[in-house]
Amino acid sequence: MEASLRAQRTAALLIFAFLSLLAVSSSAAQEIQILNAERRIDLSSQIAIVFLTLKVENTGKAAASEVLLSFPPTEADHLAEVKAQAASGKKRKKTHVPLDVKPTDVPDAPKGAKCFRIALLNPLSPGETSTIEVLYMLTHSMEPFPAEISQSEPQLVYYRDSAYILSPYRIKQQTTFIKTPSTNVLSFSRVEPTNRAGMELKYGPYEDRPAYSFSPVLVHFENNNPFAVVEELVREVEISHWGNLQITEHYTLAHGGAKLKGVFSRVDYQSRPGASGVSSFKNLLARLPARVHSVYYRDEIGNISSSRLRTDSRKSELEIEPRYPLFGGWKSTFVIGYGLPLEDFLFESTDGKRYLNFTFGCPLSGTVVDKLTVKVVLPEGSKDPSAVVPFPVEQHMETKYSYLDVVGRPVLVLEKKNVVPEHNTLFQVYYSFNPVFMLAEPLMLVSTVFFLFAACVAYLHIDVSIRKR
Amino acid sequence: MASPESAVNGPTMTAGAASKSLRNAFGGVIAFIILVLIGVLAFSIRLFSVIKYESVIHEFDPYFNYRVTQFLSKNGIYDFWNWFDDRTWYPLGRVIGGTVYPGLTLTAGTIWKVVNSLNIPLSVETVCVFTAPIFSAFASWAAYLLTKEVKGPGAGLTAAALLAMVPSYISRSVAGSYDNEAVAIFALVFTFYLYIKTLNTGSLFYATLNALAYFYMVCSWGGYTFIINLIPMHVLLCIVTGRYSSRLYIAYAPLVVLGTLLASLVPVVGFNAVLTSEHFASFLVFIIIHVVALAYYIKGILSPKMFKVAVTLVVSAGLAVCCAVIAILIAVVASSPTKGWSGRSLTLLDPTYASKYIPIIASVSEHQPPTWPSYFMDINVLAFLVPAGIIACFMPLTDSSSFVILYIVTSVYFSGVMVRLMLVLAPAACILSGIALSEAFNVLTRSIKNRKKEKENVEKKPTPSKTEKRLLVLPLEASVIAVLLLVLLGAFYVVFSVQVHCVWAAAEAYSAPSIVLTSHSNDGGLHVFDDFREAYSWLSHNTDVDDKVASWWDYGYQTTAMANRTVLVDNNTWNNTHIATVGTAMSSPEKQAWEIFHSLDVKYVLVVFGGVVGYPSDDINKFLWMVRIGGGVFPHIKEPDYLRDGQYRIDAQATPTMLNCLMYKLSYFRSDFIPIHKTDGKGFDRVRRTEIGKKHFKLTHFEEVFTTHHWMVRIYKLKPQRNRIRGKTKKSKSSRSVSSKRDVRGKRNPWH
Repeated sequence: MEASLRAQRTAALLIFAFLSLLAVSSSAAQEIQILNAERRIDLSSQIAIVFLTLKVENTGKAAASEVLLSFPPTEADHLAEVKAQAASGKKRKKTHVPLDVKPTDVPDAPKGAKCFRIALLNPLSPGETSTIEVLYMLTHSMEPFPAEISQSEPQLVYYRDSAYILSPYRIKQQTTFIKTPSTNVLSFSRVEPTNRAGMELKYGPYEDRPAYSFSPVLVHFENNNPFAVVEELVREVEISHWGNLQITEHYTLAHGGAKLKGVFSRVDYQSRPGASGVSSFKNLLARLPARVHSVYYRDEIGNISSSRLRTDSRKSELEIEPRYPLFGGWKSTFVIGYGLPLEDFLFESTDGKRYLNFTFGCPLSGTVVDKLTVKVVLPEGSKDPSAVVPFPVEQHMETKYSYLDVVGRPVLVLEKKNVVPEHNTLFQVYYSFNPVFMLAEPLMLVSTVFFLFAACVAYLHIDVSIRKR
Repeated sequence: MASPESAVNGPTMTAGAASKSLRNAFGGVIAFIILVLIGVLAFSIRLFSVIKYESVIHEFDPYFNYRVTQFLSKNGIYDFWNWFDDRTWYPLGRVIGGTVYPGLTLTAGTIWKVVNSLNIPLSVETVCVFTAPIFSAFASWAAYLLTKEVKGPGAGLTAAALLAMVPSYISRSVAGSYDNEAVAIFALVFTFYLYIKTLNTGSLFYATLNALAYFYMVCSWGGYTFIINLIPMHVLLCIVTGRYSSRLYIAYAPLVVLGTLLASLVPVVGFNAVLTSEHFASFLVFIIIHVVALAYYIKGILSPKMFKVAVTLVVSAGLAVCCAVIAILIAVVASSPTKGWSGRSLTLLDPTYASKYIPIIASVSEHQPPTWPSYFMDINVLAFLVPAGIIACFMPLTDSSSFVILYIVTSVYFSGVMVRLMLVLAPAACILSGIALSEAFNVLTRSIKNRKKEKENVEKKPTPSKTEKRLLVLPLEASVIAVLLLVLLGAFYVVFSVQVHCVWAAAEAYSAPSIVLTSHSNDGGLHVFDDFREAYSWLSHNTDVDDKVASWWDYGYQTTAMANRTVLVDNNTWNNTHIATVGTAMSSPEKQAWEIFHSLDVKYVLVVFGGVVGYPSDDINKFLWMVRIGGGVFPHIKEPDYLRDGQYRIDAQATPTMLNCLMYKLSYFRSDFIPIHKTDGKGFDRVRRTEIGKKHFKLTHFEEVFTTHHWMVRIYKLKPQRNRIRGKTKKSKSSRSVSSKRDVRGKRNPWH
């Protein structure tokens, strides 16, 4: 009895504290309002790409140095990347300056909402307006419904969002455009005014919505684009100072769309390619750096012969086919490996350190990587490795023993979840290395052979028999 | 290339004493270099499969060995001995540690471990792929040693060079052919070498090594019984021909004692080393050699007269005892149904045995007797050189050369019974051909030399003793011409034909890994048929890890190794009944087949179908064996039901039993809709070259879940049991026992 009373009291206290906090911070947040917001959601691939253009006005008295963004909890887990840039100037002479985006906690945000803070270049003085463009990507945000389809059916998906932009600020006017991959839209929620024209749905314009307005909408439409999901990708980048950069990529690929129900008929698949298995995919394109050599494509039971490599002076494209076409729910694993000339990727920094400059993300185009592990295997004897990655990643060190290693090679492991093609940016790994270590292994081999011969010579010249002949 | 010409450099030793040692050293170095080159040749000629295809394990049995090696490298030796494999022979399982010859896996596992402890990161697969080529290099060196013991280093080098590239051996030891024979031939030849070495030296050191080599052979291959029968035969031959010596005793007695003790350490052999009839000959000869040794000993200490008395006394008493013992032995042996012999050994003694009693052994193509062309294909020109080699071995006949003669005679017989044992013949043929070639060169060059010398010495003094010794001195002109001819023949025939043939055979005939097929399209491009791995990969990624897959036993090893799924039967055909059950299911109508498979918890059925691309060794062509093996255990499956007038056909003339059996349905289901067959008409089977007999049928109890790109492998899923509807007649589906119970009540038995 007493316990419950105490609990009640604490709860009441907490609520009071929360409310007071809310009052304080919301008053702070209210100092900014959004004059005009336009959101364009592109659902034509498996990744929902959202362009958000905000025209922000400082209505407060103090200068505002940052603008907050918030995402509903359903989107927060699927958020792969948020980028912001400040746009200035008129249409033709528009200039874009990237802005810093950092996750933050906003106390008065609805439960589960995730907020980001965009740091403005110049603090927004009272009364001033500024235009911010935000790009964010959502993975696994389209839910197949029906969850199981047969081979001849198209893939239908649900997309859930809010008709109003979830924002910590009051929005004067807002519009949302949703672009679907086809004209086949089975249903969509109406939050008037709502229009549909061809492949585009238009929600809005809505006038004067208070902060944290939310109105769920559901769009049910056909999306037959390959839902190629790499569930796990381990990229191993091995540096050899003898002039080679060896990359080995282990893929666990899955079709993340609607599961195939019942039979897979090869007759239908082969004879009616347009009508059968439309949501399945059978080939993927890997964009590799130029001057790639010794490319292989295999899995645990041997070489996979269905691949094609095209190279030119600027890039290489490897077109791969998994062993079988992937239908919904099917999985496949494979390994891609290739070598690259070291001089294209390894440089010396001004302080005498060496650094590797390499792309981070998955080279397969149009795929989502649930878990990406990049292992940079440094040469034996290198010291103080440190990575510079333009987005947050988890890091730790390992040791790997490869050809004739004695102390092992330091391995810098970078891990990131929920990776989209947008993450294919360069990252750097700095380390110091003494070139003398390059000679360790050849010297070891030479001395082994030398001692072998010496032992042979010694054996032939020493009489080891007990009895003298 | 180590051609026979250079090989003769070894034994030429007729010069001054000073230059002799130098020349010997020089010859030794040359011989060493040639041996190294032979090793390189033996290794590299077997790499065609890797270059033309890829570094991959071949065929069926190697996949099992590969899987065992993976287990060994992952779990260690003790887990390996205790490994009970539940992935195969469901629901029986198989005790792997006690039923495999562990030599090969232990060898590869050791290599892998050593290499990895040196931080050379080779995968288990790579080690397995290259084990066979490495050991064939070892085998050629062993052949050199053996032939050197018999006829000198020249013959040895020739034999080694021939063994390095004899097609018969290449066929079993190309890179990727990771089978017991790969290491066993080396072990076989090396054991024989150590036996001959002991016989020539009488050294206990070599006798011990011989027992160890024999142990390695026992570990490696069931063919070790060839050794344990051939050596006693040779010992017996030596005793009968009055060649008994203490060296023979040293060579034989330790081998039997140590060898048998060591052999029984191998779990798969165990007490078989003393219990089965295969080993009986060695013990009998062991007794005989002791009796003979005793007789020689007594003969040595007694005067001739006393000895005669002793002989008559012992013989009359001993004969009675012997008769009694032999009678008991015969009774014991005869009481067992197979007379104490295993099925495969009996097949060797009676070539018609398997086809009469064990269809499983007879159904394997490599257990068939070979045809004449296969002799030429496999050992080529060696077939003609062997008789010359035998003659050379008789001049003079020594203990060791008599062994080689015995070896070739027995192996020729065995190879005539089973095409697989051509492999045992290959080293013998190489050794004898090497001897033949080298002896021919020896005789001819010697006669040229002697003629020259005689011409110089003819005035000084005639040497009658020398000419008497050298009976084989030919006239100069004849010998020069003969040498030239031989060189020419050697150049043209041996080098061009043998090598071209061997290289061709190595590259074309024996390098195909059989899981990947290729064909050249009209525009010269290479078309790859990778359907098997496509299917296995699909199974491994898209089915539950504990699902059971039923297929004919040929694909069992591959399914467990590549797809990691449980199979009912595999290539280790130890349980005939189980295989017959699968055979019966495949040859039953759909419903009965479903019941059989369901009672065995099978979820997927895999069939191999070549009708679309024309792949001849598919399940329809193997189907009659399924009927035969199934019918052998379950008599309601009758072979004539599947044949129309004794002919096996699948077109409209086929019997209804054939057209309704599961194998037919699963193979041809919807294949008549394939669009690529416009020219051939609908439902055309490219292997059988006919239009199929039954089209547009539906499956009631199975559903297609996967078919590979070229239709070569088709996987079906058993449909789930239908819900029972109240009031309707109950369907007897649950299990076999239920259906047989229903039978009693007068219902139709699904098994008939």
